[in-house]
Amino acid sequence: MNYLLFAPEFTLTAVAFAVLGVDLFLPRDKKGYLPALSVVGLIGVFVLSLRYLWGRDTDLYDGLFLIDNFSLFFKAFFLVLGVMVVLSSVDYVKKHLSRPGEYYGILIFSILAMMLMAASGELLTAYISLELLSFSLYVLVSYGRHGLKPSEAGVKYILLGAFASALLLYGISQVYGMLGTTRFDEIHAALLLEGTPLNPAVLVGLVLIIAGLGFKVAVVPFHMWAPDVYEGAPTPVTAYLAVGSKAAAFALILRLFSQAFMPAFDDWQIILVILAALTMTVGNLVAMAQQNIKRMLAYSSIGQVGYLLMGVAALSPLASNGVILHLVGYGGTNLLAFMCVIVFYNATNKEEIADFAGLADRSPFVAMAMSAALLSLAGLPFFAGFTTKFYLFTAAADGGLLWLVGLAITNSLISLYYYMMVMKQMYMVPADDNTPLNVSMFSCGVLGMLLAGVIIIGVYPGPLVNAIQAATKAILP
Amino acid sequence: MLSAIVFLPLAGAMVILLLLKDARQIRLFAAAVTVVELALAVAAFVIFRTEDYRRVGDMEMVEVYRDWIPALNIQYHLGVDGLSTPLVLLTALLGMCAVFASLHVQLRVKEYFMWLLVLQTAVTGVFVSLDLVLFFIFWELELLPMYFLISIWGSGRKEYSAMKFLIFTLLGSAFMLVGILALYFSVGTFNIVELQNIEGAQLILPAGTVFALLFAAFAVKLPVWPVHTWLPDAHTDAPTAVSVMLAGVLLKMGGYGMIRMAVGMFPGRAQEYAWVLAVLAVISVLYGAVVTVRQTDLKRLIAFSSISHMGYVLLGIASVVGVGGAVSSVGLTGAAMQMFTHGTITGLLFLLVGLVYDKAHTRHIPDMGGLAARMPIIAVGFLIAGLASLGLPGTSGFVSELLVFLGTFEVWSWITALAVFAIVITAGYILWMVQRVFFGPLLPRFASLGDTTVVEAVPMALLVIAIMVVGVYPAIVSDVFKQGLEPIIQSLQQVGGP
Repeated sequence: MNYLLFAPEFTLTAVAFAVLGVDLFLPRDKKGYLPALSVVGLIGVFVLSLRYLWGRDTDLYDGLFLIDNFSLFFKAFFLVLGVMVVLSSVDYVKKHLSRPGEYYGILIFSILAMMLMAASGELLTAYISLELLSFSLYVLVSYGRHGLKPSEAGVKYILLGAFASALLLYGISQVYGMLGTTRFDEIHAALLLEGTPLNPAVLVGLVLIIAGLGFKVAVVPFHMWAPDVYEGAPTPVTAYLAVGSKAAAFALILRLFSQAFMPAFDDWQIILVILAALTMTVGNLVAMAQQNIKRMLAYSSIGQVGYLLMGVAALSPLASNGVILHLVGYGGTNLLAFMCVIVFYNATNKEEIADFAGLADRSPFVAMAMSAALLSLAGLPFFAGFTTKFYLFTAAADGGLLWLVGLAITNSLISLYYYMMVMKQMYMVPADDNTPLNVSMFSCGVLGMLLAGVIIIGVYPGPLVNAIQAATKAILP
Repeated sequence: MLSAIVFLPLAGAMVILLLLKDARQIRLFAAAVTVVELALAVAAFVIFRTEDYRRVGDMEMVEVYRDWIPALNIQYHLGVDGLSTPLVLLTALLGMCAVFASLHVQLRVKEYFMWLLVLQTAVTGVFVSLDLVLFFIFWELELLPMYFLISIWGSGRKEYSAMKFLIFTLLGSAFMLVGILALYFSVGTFNIVELQNIEGAQLILPAGTVFALLFAAFAVKLPVWPVHTWLPDAHTDAPTAVSVMLAGVLLKMGGYGMIRMAVGMFPGRAQEYAWVLAVLAVISVLYGAVVTVRQTDLKRLIAFSSISHMGYVLLGIASVVGVGGAVSSVGLTGAAMQMFTHGTITGLLFLLVGLVYDKAHTRHIPDMGGLAARMPIIAVGFLIAGLASLGLPGTSGFVSELLVFLGTFEVWSWITALAVFAIVITAGYILWMVQRVFFGPLLPRFASLGDTTVVEAVPMALLVIAIMVVGVYPAIVSDVFKQGLEPIIQSLQQVGGP
């Protein structure tokens, strides 16, 4: 067995321990080296992954881990995401959080967990990776110092997360009990052998797995935890939760449904279709009533999960491309939106939507970046959101779900309304206090990078789409 | 060349956003950009009119980048034919007028001119896109500047109006997007040229449904009764320049889409449902005209008259059913001409209303009177625009309305007869309005008002010239339109023939 194939994961673990270790010896005023070390480490692993894993198609530990283009793509995506989250945390951590060492260390562990999730080729490995991710996030969510909200968020997330894990585990045991295996390819073969109709016991297991994963990505009706947790967590963690953990869960979902449960397509498609319709509608309708920007973004991301589920429900190579592309586009956009919230919170300590009044005068650049993010989330042209949503909707329509696409388009319209409400605050309502916003050059730089990314994906998605097609080929030849 | 025409205003907007600070510089720069843009558009129009190699059914000045998003076969594909070239010219002309009419804007100058230029790029892009996705992108892009321009620089219930405009148009876009996707999965391309006359193709939705989806999207924009209610609000509360752009070119996106997409792609469906179009058209024409008579706000009055006039466009389109298999090109040409002339005429009217309002500070008609004594140039301009609007021979309005009526009378005699009656109402409200605002005794509180300045008169003069030239020598535009419509007429005859 070639352990070199596992080098990125080993190295990343070392980086995480290095951050935790170095933290012990750094004096209080030198803690600024920690994010720098994290970023260097993450970029190093990024280069290493691309260098050693490019174009490989093999497995490790008898198929527990799959080394293919799909896992490589997500590895790269998560590492870039990690770099962006670390960069957007720098100012926030300095101002609002204590113990930066553990913060960055645990963040890196969670990235490791996501990489493992995308690469796992077997149910229990996937479960363990998911738990590593969840435990890291439990800590990060309750990292805030002030008031009851962080604790409330933490407790809620732990309790509901544990419940979801139990469901997932029960579903896995059900599948193992009936089919006698937990490896994806063997499940696939077993299902083909059994033929239709699907054994009801397997179906129960499948439904429980869907419910368990549904909790993790906040699918309606398993979404109740999301708004509270999003509101209570430190904002960079919220961003990470909204983008990273969702992307990882969808990577797992894509692999699971295409490589393991594809023969039972007719049985689970209807479940996902109903969940998708519910999720996008509820998410977008409730988002309209929100006063807090983080809660609003939480509900809006629930809506986005609905679109993504729609893509999974129409599973085909085209739809898989669409889901991955939308994950990337939505991820970049959401990071940009949250980065604006972070910058604003750092300067004012406020995060209600009404507090954004007059932002266009106080800081035109932040207002512009925020507008770009909101319009991209709504799916307007020239931004990532349009291109990726268009691809996703096209793919779903190609899969025969034209009516669901109609519903999704209607939902996009609804979403534009509440995004516009934020823009109205920024551009049309005068501010109470008109002092310019104090934004560091560093934060401006991060904002600029994210903004450029959102526009580039929107205008010229060609290279990204090519990479994604290569990734999809690994799971859906 | 087309890329330059489309993206020049956008580039100008970027320069304004990033480089220019001084308000005076910004105004001059924006004006310069639109002048260059107009020059380019005129050049394109002249080249199009004179080139010998131009053939019926071909797109000219095509620019294609095939590998834009190869996975979905989405291409960057621009081109013009006889239908779009005059509309590009119209956009550039009114874009320049809009900028010249806003030189006195003081509030947030930088953003204002930036949005105005972005708007121009979006509208031009709609007219020259030959890829449905690109078309849709420009179609949506136009919403943003409009929303901001109305809700920041407007008056009255500006935020309500802007939101209403946004919601109506987005609803239309939703229909269009579903239609576009249905087309893509049936035919496998977004190429508008390849999608012309796909009556025979096997579609995943019934062809009638796709036709209805596309028609609904464009009907909102045109606007057609009963989805017209956003228009009076948006017009009344928008700043002058935006009203000019809205009435002058944005409504034409609806008419253009109807002819190119709805009719061009589904000639058979268009003939089947032509009676619906005709009925909706005559309701728009008459309802618009009757409601206009009752308006007391100068801008609202012209806004409602637009609904009536855009009804003629739809009426012209309804003539596609033809008589006994023979479809004449007169009705469609009339519809296209009506779009062009309405753009210049109503653009001019809104421009002048803006000037009157700037000076008299009121748009309430009963409060005005005798203004001709103080502002003779504006009064003359208003009279010309008004007479053109009611279709006086010698002006462009006459030509287009005559063509529409000629084209539709043999097909829908009774409906056309009803619509012709609206001319009488139009004459009534236009003349009554001009009389109440400009003639009669001069009210004492207007005694100190002045006439236009030279800068204000430039766009006015340009539009008056356009109205007169087309009125006296309509072939300068109608030939181009006719040639562009030829392929559509041919496919209509093919479908409707025995």
